[in-house]
Amino acid sequence: MVDLTLDGPRGPKPRRAISGRNIMIYGTLIVVALYYLIPLYVMVVTSLKGLPEIRMGNIFAPPVEITFEPWVKAWSEACTGLNCDGLQRGFWNSVRITVPSVIVSILIASINGYALANWRFKGAELFFAILMIGAFIPYQVMLYPMVILLRELGLYGSLTGLVLVHTVFGMPILTLLFRNYFATLPDELFKAARVDGTGFWGIYFRIMLPLSLPIFVVAVILQVTGIWNDFLFGVVYTRPQYYPMTVQLNNIVNTTTGVKEYNVNMAATILTGLVPLVIYFVSGRLFVRGIAAGAVKG
Amino acid sequence: MKRRVILAATTAMIGCAAYAEDLEVTHWWTSGSEAAAVAEFAKAFDATGNKWVDGAIAGSGGVARPVMVSRITGGDPMAATQFNHGQQAQELVEAGLMRSLESVASADGWRDIVHPASILESCEIDGEIYCVPVNIHSQLWLWLSNDAFETAGVAVPNNWDEFVAAGPALREAGIQPLVIGRQPWQASLAFQTIVASVAGPEAYGKVFGDKDADVVNGPEMEKAFAALATAREMTAGSNVQEWNQATTQVINGQAGGQIMGDWAQGEFAIAEQVAGEDYTCLPGLGLADIVSTGGDAFYFPAIDDPEVTAAQEELARVMISPEAQVAFNLKKGSMPVRGDVNLDAANECMRKGLDILANGTVVAGIDQMLSPDAGNQLADLMVQFFNEPGMSVDDVKASFIDILEYDS
Amino acid sequence: MAQSNVSGRPFRLFRNLNAKIAAIPMILTALVIFVGFSLWTVVYSFTKSGLLPRQDFVGLMQYERLWSNTKWLISIQNLLIFGICMLVFSFVIGFVLACLMDQKIRFEGVFRTILLYPFALSFVVTGVVWQWLLNPDLGIQSVMRGFGWESFAFDPLNNSRIVMFGVVIAALWQGTGFVMVLLLAGLRGIDDEIWKATRIDGIPTWKTYLFVVVPMLRPVMVTTLVIVTAGIVKVYDLVVAQTNGGPGVSSEVPAKYVYDQMFLNQNLGQGFAASTMMLITVAIIIIPWAYLEFGGRKRG
Repeated sequence: MVDLTLDGPRGPKPRRAISGRNIMIYGTLIVVALYYLIPLYVMVVTSLKGLPEIRMGNIFAPPVEITFEPWVKAWSEACTGLNCDGLQRGFWNSVRITVPSVIVSILIASINGYALANWRFKGAELFFAILMIGAFIPYQVMLYPMVILLRELGLYGSLTGLVLVHTVFGMPILTLLFRNYFATLPDELFKAARVDGTGFWGIYFRIMLPLSLPIFVVAVILQVTGIWNDFLFGVVYTRPQYYPMTVQLNNIVNTTTGVKEYNVNMAATILTGLVPLVIYFVSGRLFVRGIAAGAVKG
Repeated sequence: MKRRVILAATTAMIGCAAYAEDLEVTHWWTSGSEAAAVAEFAKAFDATGNKWVDGAIAGSGGVARPVMVSRITGGDPMAATQFNHGQQAQELVEAGLMRSLESVASADGWRDIVHPASILESCEIDGEIYCVPVNIHSQLWLWLSNDAFETAGVAVPNNWDEFVAAGPALREAGIQPLVIGRQPWQASLAFQTIVASVAGPEAYGKVFGDKDADVVNGPEMEKAFAALATAREMTAGSNVQEWNQATTQVINGQAGGQIMGDWAQGEFAIAEQVAGEDYTCLPGLGLADIVSTGGDAFYFPAIDDPEVTAAQEELARVMISPEAQVAFNLKKGSMPVRGDVNLDAANECMRKGLDILANGTVVAGIDQMLSPDAGNQLADLMVQFFNEPGMSVDDVKASFIDILEYDS
Repeated sequence: MAQSNVSGRPFRLFRNLNAKIAAIPMILTALVIFVGFSLWTVVYSFTKSGLLPRQDFVGLMQYERLWSNTKWLISIQNLLIFGICMLVFSFVIGFVLACLMDQKIRFEGVFRTILLYPFALSFVVTGVVWQWLLNPDLGIQSVMRGFGWESFAFDPLNNSRIVMFGVVIAALWQGTGFVMVLLLAGLRGIDDEIWKATRIDGIPTWKTYLFVVVPMLRPVMVTTLVIVTAGIVKVYDLVVAQTNGGPGVSSEVPAKYVYDQMFLNQNLGQGFAASTMMLITVAIIIIPWAYLEFGGRKRG
């Protein structure tokens, strides 16, 4: 695929020596990077302090006495009601929710995008436009009608129901991404396959899928982040045995009365964000490449 | 592990009770003392041979309530759920989604044992009882820092008027006279407390209960609105948001006082402060011997399964039993819903509350008189008043009358 | 599109049948969820539904109440401030950063990761952290004063006039990296020939970026715009975690108004009326644009 090679920097020719220009560029980037890192720094530092130390003072000061107690507590001891086994309780549930939801939603959205880009039929763009407007509707509005729909489908409280919900609400943005991506693939490929008599599904699986790894990476990153961080759907459409990690996070952080254990809160938030963070660190490069390949020509 | 052994032992002792059911109970009690209190219920219920399956969701109204309502309307209800009693659950009952506890209540004579009676009345819809009240929280308290007044060189006030008089001295000593967290519900709580204490319980009942605009425009409320404006002046300069941060300032002597419900005691207790020595609590702002009866209650969704139904009844009985009432309320820092139990372990402030409950005036909480809608509108109005020094008392009065009219 | 005409045309309905079958999930989602639920919401906005939806019609009462409610008016005003600030700053900063990153710099991966990581965190986390950093007694203000700058005052979260800017700072922290990556990806897609040509013509770099490159980035800008704007309209979690609408009601936003009305006030009808207004506003802005962008154009 042509676009795959386009991942090198494309700016004007670089100058080698340390120049005023370079100082400006790196200076700006370093200042911005610091601004971005400060909150993470505060989170990490706080999570390593004891409560008395936090009460006394400066949130930027490094811990006088490093303690991993808050991390242990957040992961395995923090209570939500009577269950004092911390975040670990929800971790596997989050995995069980995220994996099928990500797969199903991306599969469906990619087929949508493919049909919209390559097999336009009358009315297709209308449905697409409706999806685009749907991207702007606050989820809260959909909460109760969704309860009714799931009840009528007999899916209320099940994992399948929750996967359906994530698929539906992820559809607008994902379909947009896939549609734009498939539209940039050269028409010749498609036409040649048509002449050979390959059908809708044949072209999708044999030609389009192998070419669309970059955009799949983008979709996976977006969906994992969104679904892993979701709290509202996970708690409204399932039962306690499926509650994701964010429910425990909410219970730890959102407690309204009593002492706030800021260090445990911070450790819990970092732990909860770890999975999407790791995915970003690992695949950040693919992410840029994928969007570069997918969203440029439109 | 240990718990399971005990549980197994109890089950064995009872000899496999006839109805051993797992009941899922949802609630929003997640803080330390709250969880400890819930654990008392769970322990007592597990001892009957059934099993309490805990479904705690933090964030009282905003998060937990939509979950509960969705589960109930979605046809996958939990076996029991916490709700503030009052008007909040009424629609669920009217839609036939909740079961009546009338048979249990009349068989066990709840109407005789629950004190004050008003707290059970708010569970009653069309003559049948639909919920178990489990505790009483009074909102109408003023908490004072003895330290702060000592620093300012004035005596610790015995009532609101003395407190107001001490305001300038506190300011001079660099102490914030009054703190009220800048969240809507806290502003509303302060207003209710002022109305019930300054205008008096009778006016309070007429205003919130009868929604009587003439009383709102009357002389008693005139005094209450003036006190409200004074309270705003005394909070000027404070930007505390959370109620427990405000309490912390009182504990540290940075602030003179705070108007807050009796759950503030928990914060003083954690800071190892002693009532009467380090801090002073004044029910009804020290002007009137009143407590309000807000509180929590459990509702039981209608489930078509005789074994679950039987277990639900069992749970209701456990919750109102004297032993569970004492154990639960001591941990929670609230007052029991029955007058026939003995709370020797209660501290000075809670004792004041219990005395008033027995001998003084008991007023209903506004949850029992206003719809949640009106209650939140009132809260928004009050927080605006506290935040905008330019907002006049007349404006508040007019908007307040609108809210009451809309609700009646 | 040209391809659809290649196949035979026995019946209109069956033409391109596989594509239609494949699009069924999308069609159902569009019709049932987005159109159906929206209509349901509109219908119930004319009722006095409380905790549960009820067909107790009261005409325009909910709308009259909505538009006389200061909290709602403040919400709209805040959304405008938030939206304009977010769009302007996230695009300008995002674009400048993308241009800097495009200068064949070293450690690009490190910088990119740093700028992008907040996007992986949930809004709840962002809200809590920035609540701290902007807390005058704990965060930036106290540190600056600690350095001896006693008069330094920066406490947006406690000042109702500028509280929305405190929210914007947090939202920019979370979102700008993503905008930057999208635009950077766009820049990477631009043909080298363009750079050569402009250099030969002696056009300064900044002019090339502004007048040649930006117009070429239109498609990626559109994608970014959709994602950013959808996020702006739906902003809820961040505000709840960071300010919870305070101080007072000065940082309320429409999505929060809807949620609070529906679940705290147990006044579904009012919540539905507010969401209907949001829906209509979005539709008025989006439909003409979506038509031009996605509907009217034929590509081949």
